[in-house]
Amino acid sequence: MEIKGIKEGILVKFHDQEWQNAKKALIQTLQDKQTFFDGAQLVLDVGHCVLGTHAIEVLQKKLNQHNISLYGLVSKSMITQEAAQKMGLITKLEKSKKKTDQKLEPSDVVLAGESAVLIRRTMRSGFTVKYKGHVAVIGDVNPGAEIIASGSVIVWGRLRGTVHAGADGDLTAIVCALDLSPTQLRIASKIAITPEGQAEPKPEVARIIDEQIVAEPWLN
Amino acid sequence: MNGKVVAIISGKGGVGKTTTAANLGIALATLGQKVVCIDTDIGLRNLDVVLGLENRIVYDLVDVVEGRCRLTQAMVRDRRYENLHLIPAAQTRDKSAVSASDMVRLCEELRSMADWIVIDSPAGIERGFRNAIAPADQVLVITNPEVSSLRDADRIIGLVEAEEKGPAQLIINRINPEMVKRGDMLSISDVIELLAIPLIGIVPEDETVLISTNSGQPVVLNEKSKAGLAFLNIGKRLLGEEVPWVSLNVKAGLLSRLGQLFSGET
Ligand SMILES: Nc1ncnc2c1ncn2[C@@H]1O[C@H](COP(=O)(O)OP(=O)(O)OP(=O)(O)O)[C@@H](O)[C@H]1O
Ligand SMILES: [Mg+2]
Repeated sequence: MEIKGIKEGILVKFHDQEWQNAKKALIQTLQDKQTFFDGAQLVLDVGHCVLGTHAIEVLQKKLNQHNISLYGLVSKSMITQEAAQKMGLITKLEKSKKKTDQKLEPSDVVLAGESAVLIRRTMRSGFTVKYKGHVAVIGDVNPGAEIIASGSVIVWGRLRGTVHAGADGDLTAIVCALDLSPTQLRIASKIAITPEGQAEPKPEVARIIDEQIVAEPWLN
Repeated sequence: MNGKVVAIISGKGGVGKTTTAANLGIALATLGQKVVCIDTDIGLRNLDVVLGLENRIVYDLVDVVEGRCRLTQAMVRDRRYENLHLIPAAQTRDKSAVSASDMVRLCEELRSMADWIVIDSPAGIERGFRNAIAPADQVLVITNPEVSSLRDADRIIGLVEAEEKGPAQLIINRINPEMVKRGDMLSISDVIELLAIPLIGIVPEDETVLISTNSGQPVVLNEKSKAGLAFLNIGKRLLGEEVPWVSLNVKAGLLSRLGQLFSGET
């Protein structure tokens, strides 16, 4: 059984069960989650189950006892659909007009983000950030400071501390900075140190290529 | 009177906190300010020695905190300047005798008696450091142009920021222009670039510092000493004066950049 909130109220969907079993399970759930369902408007998706008007009436009464009103009944069976329609129930969920409106509503096209923290300050010696996700710093990461992220690390500033990206083993994690001169840089289980006497500071990105950490200029 | 409390801290030991506290105290006194220096380095007191006041001590900081004497009784008056006093640290007692709130209370009282309260602190980031910054209005961080002292200064600046006592101001002590030129010492711009806080003083390496320390006559009293002049300038900057930066054979470009960094800061 699947329960989710929809525009019309609460949708309970059965996965091809016999109706009697499905109903039992439903009543049990309603009792268990009484406060959740209290006053709810319910839409049932009964799959292939065949329900006549009588069966629906019985169900409706039962639901009313729980202070729930049956609003819709979705089914693959024509018989069930007709019976439901006769009783004034909806038989189709309003498709959340996605297809047509999508381009107009920015909220619908937002990409699923990944979790990250943003640190807007200089990270000084002795300070550590540990995060399950990505870490972004606006400021310098000084020697003696440490960043440990399961994801990638981005520093808008000088990176001179210690950094460990992909700390849980993510080999695709990257580390980039406006000046990439870390005391030590790790990605997953690979370790690199900054060579002495680096040339002019420049934006670079470090990633694993062929089992090795490689730092490349941001624009190549 | 509403005195200002200045804490002098460093993280790493031996970089010149006590030297700075003594010289700054005298510098401010020569500039006509009423000054009280407090040595909070309990168990390792030496501000009294550097100021040449060791033999005048009767009571100390812990005596005041524990109520064995009145505040004014523990204030040792300087031999040279009657507007300069020292509250010495206790020599032998345990470090936990003074708390941050003791310091705040003590300084509240002192604010009505002096223009400046200069606190010399012990090295490290423990209790003594917290005692020093708790009452502070201004924090001066001392560093040497050397990697490990810089690292500790950075750490302690972070702690000052975390206590919302920032921005601290920076004093770079013991800079040796010759060594910087040879590339054997970090330059002023290296230090500032890393620490990224406003600079209030650059003090050169100067052997007269050691000599004067030993004789209890702080170097700021010596008009010929470059370090003495640097300390005097720090005092003037604290008073809001714009003092040009003494040339230490540093590149002109750098100094003009420093100028921009400090404008409006000191
Ligand atoms: N500019 C300078 N030139 C030469 N010597 C200096 C200079 N500044 C400090 N010194 C010397 O360095 C030594 C340590 O200085 P000082 O006692 O002021 O450091 P401190 O930070 O107070 O040390 P502690 O952490 O132990 O309290 C002293 O011998 C002092 O004379
Ligand atoms: Mg000292």
